[in-house]
Amino acid sequence: MSFSAAQIRKDFPIFERTVCEGKRLVYLDNGATSQKPLSVIESESDFYRLHNAAVHRGAHQLAEEATDAYEGAREIVAAFLGAPGGADEIIFTKSATESLNLLAYAMGNAPVGNRFAVGAGDRIVVTEMEHHANLIPWQQLTARTGAELAWFKVTAESRLDLSTINDVITANTKIVSVTHQSNVLGTINPLAAIVARAHEVGAVVILDACQSVPHMSIDIKALGVDFLAFSGHKALGPTGIGVLWGHMDLLNELPPFLFGGSMIENVTMTTATWAPVPQKFEAGVPNMAQAVGLGAALNYLTNLGMDNVHAYEVALTGYLLEKMHAVPDLRIVGPANTQSRGGTLSFTIKGIHPHDIGQYLDSQGVAVRTGHHCAWPLARALSIPASTRASLYLYNDESDCDALVDAILGAQKYFGRF
Amino acid sequence: MELDSLYQEVILDHYKHPQHKGLSPTFSAQVTHVNTSCGDEIILNINLDNELISELTWEGQGCSISQASVSMMTDLLTGKTLKQAAVIVKSFSELMASKGTSAGDPLVLEDAVVFAGVSKFPGRVKCSLLGWMAFKDAAIQAQANNRGER
Repeated sequence: MSFSAAQIRKDFPIFERTVCEGKRLVYLDNGATSQKPLSVIESESDFYRLHNAAVHRGAHQLAEEATDAYEGAREIVAAFLGAPGGADEIIFTKSATESLNLLAYAMGNAPVGNRFAVGAGDRIVVTEMEHHANLIPWQQLTARTGAELAWFKVTAESRLDLSTINDVITANTKIVSVTHQSNVLGTINPLAAIVARAHEVGAVVILDACQSVPHMSIDIKALGVDFLAFSGHKALGPTGIGVLWGHMDLLNELPPFLFGGSMIENVTMTTATWAPVPQKFEAGVPNMAQAVGLGAALNYLTNLGMDNVHAYEVALTGYLLEKMHAVPDLRIVGPANTQSRGGTLSFTIKGIHPHDIGQYLDSQGVAVRTGHHCAWPLARALSIPASTRASLYLYNDESDCDALVDAILGAQKYFGRF
Repeated sequence: MELDSLYQEVILDHYKHPQHKGLSPTFSAQVTHVNTSCGDEIILNINLDNELISELTWEGQGCSISQASVSMMTDLLTGKTLKQAAVIVKSFSELMASKGTSAGDPLVLEDAVVFAGVSKFPGRVKCSLLGWMAFKDAAIQAQANNRGER
């Protein structure tokens, strides 16, 4: 089957509308959130229309149907990621941000003697290219515990500088939390060396996979990481649903983060014990319709084949990179070619601020993101106050790339007139 | 073109030729304000001679709207009393909240009425207010400093 973005676009109702007085929508803000196929929209609304009930409670048929749908989504996620321990290793959260905060807070709750206990003398390692969601939770954990934060720097070629890996991941390192693919640079990070060194010193490896899970085939066993977080809404799914995966033995040892209904085993007025994983980490009535919608989204992607999606996006990225290299005064903020890079293309234009570029692009129907993209320290390291980011997905095609480049040239003309 | 109501010539002119840019060596107060959603930044120095704003200087980086707005504001408020400035700031804030329904009062705002077009773009209102919010903050701090509260 040949991959047809034009055919795929027909599955997404939003592309039936126009923007900016009749212009075709050129949606290139997929790094922020993806659009939704009809199957996802319908599965979410069907849950409310036909099956709505609180899962894991209620002695009635609807509660059983809702539980089946919710737990079915967990199975789909587990299969999509290749979770070695199956569906029980999948924890639903409201977002990847919550998944990462869950880990940071749960580890902060770990008592002395627990393998996750962090304190003075311990080290937590991140990278300079982290999204704020995978930086600030660890900053805060070090502030609360007296542990030290260290990080891999980014090279001029937009790669992680692993030349000093043994000095960054030291013997006292407990946690290494890195992004799989930068949401600004598009850089796909080499994990093997990081995982090997982290495990050598007994640290756990957490992967922020927000920008990779939607775009490439993921096999957790092959990655070798210990925890993984991603958000549903960047992978064609609804907002309000995120995933945390962890190895079962680690999840068993990790203390809970949120306390309340559903996550308990036994409760007295003064004590409580915890339900088994994953319930231990899912206090309260969860985002059920959203989990079911995520299941539909991952099924949609699986039907296309993630290897096909990835190959298509790499080719499209190559096409856009080549066109952008030909634009005068344009600097790509990220790897110059498609080697270990995804379809996130940030750039600056000499003499025009990103916010002004974005405004002009919007007037042409081209939707992009501008700013520091929630990775302010990276912008500082690169000495750019902000950039414009175009991020591709499976429904984009060469005509979208052409529209972007035409609009950039138009912006240069528009702002050059004074 | 709708875009032209945003990017008025006088705005882009201030962006390319900013006024009062370059911080004064001394000041009654100095503030730094940041637009957290985009990273735009303004450092504003204010010098007060009793009630008179004798000097406003700034440094910053950002989009044409934020930079032109602070440039125009420093032009407009230098030499005014704090009381006069408060009237102008209020008038500008109301214009920016008007969602394109107000043309602004040229007797109060002078050239700054061109920002009426910006008020139609909700995503850019914050850009245009960055310098003005910095001024409000700086004026309060400068008065406190001059009273010897710090």
